[in-house]
Amino acid sequence: MSSRIGVVTFPGSLDDRDALRAVTTMGGDAVPLWHGAHDLRGVDAVILPGGFSYGDYLRTGALARFADVMDEVRDFARGGGPVLGICNGFQILCEAGLLPGALSRNASLRFLCRTVPLRVETSATPVTGRLVPGEVVEIPIKHGEGRYVADGDLLARLEDEGQVVFRYAHADGTVDERANPNGSAASIAGVRNDAGNVVGLMPHPEHAVDPDVGPVGGQPLFASLLEHVGARV
Amino acid sequence: MRYGFEVLVSLKPGLLDPQGKAVEGSLPALGWTNVAGVRVGKHIALTVEAADAASARAQVEQMAERLLSNPVIEDFQILAAEELVE
Repeated sequence: MSSRIGVVTFPGSLDDRDALRAVTTMGGDAVPLWHGAHDLRGVDAVILPGGFSYGDYLRTGALARFADVMDEVRDFARGGGPVLGICNGFQILCEAGLLPGALSRNASLRFLCRTVPLRVETSATPVTGRLVPGEVVEIPIKHGEGRYVADGDLLARLEDEGQVVFRYAHADGTVDERANPNGSAASIAGVRNDAGNVVGLMPHPEHAVDPDVGPVGGQPLFASLLEHVGARV
Repeated sequence: MRYGFEVLVSLKPGLLDPQGKAVEGSLPALGWTNVAGVRVGKHIALTVEAADAASARAQVEQMAERLLSNPVIEDFQILAAEELVE
């Protein structure tokens, strides 16, 4: 039995199909979920995809966090279920209080769209089990509001607890401000919650699974997720 | 009774405000070289139907905390409409 990975479609989601396709490509069972339904259809993991949920009219992710399905996502996450937020999905998880910190306008004020190297900081998440700390994966970013913001206390806590999952880096894995595309605090590209089952990242692993299209740095994330879910079931 | 309010949402002090920086950077071109500390925020006007002013304000406080602002990065200020200078 293959693992069932759900992908939520919000009004304004635009990477939901890519996420579903990435799950299928990597051998999982992709299950479309609807923002207006209090139903996760018995999935083993949930992905909140990229896009502009509800037009992001007030703040990115601010309106989507009140969608019906988010009640179920919250319960699922509290029960230890794996939840992955990609880009807009990351913003939604932060607004929902399921992940620490916030995302705001890129320091350059420019929308960024390019492939970047990411340094893996921890293996202890549902999407990095197959990666080792220090390893570099190439994954595209495409965002206008991806600058991770957190106060000094929170940043210290994230570092102490090993909650930073990915950092923007050079190809050789060094991290500095030149490799930080959007001005994120501590070059943070992705974080996890205390328990480790909820992960958010700005880059798009679902756009990096098909060798015909570009880099395949996203493959190990989906492979890790499927393996993690298989081990849980 | 209907009560008017204005909610001002601003980035917390100390947080980088690239919008404010961009505005500040273009003022000298217009001749204002004497400006510093530009911050850009949001202004949200609304009217609330409530039994009295205190209850109306309490509800706006909740709206501001739960939706109109993100307490992680923003502060808000609530002005009752009658307090506003025309």
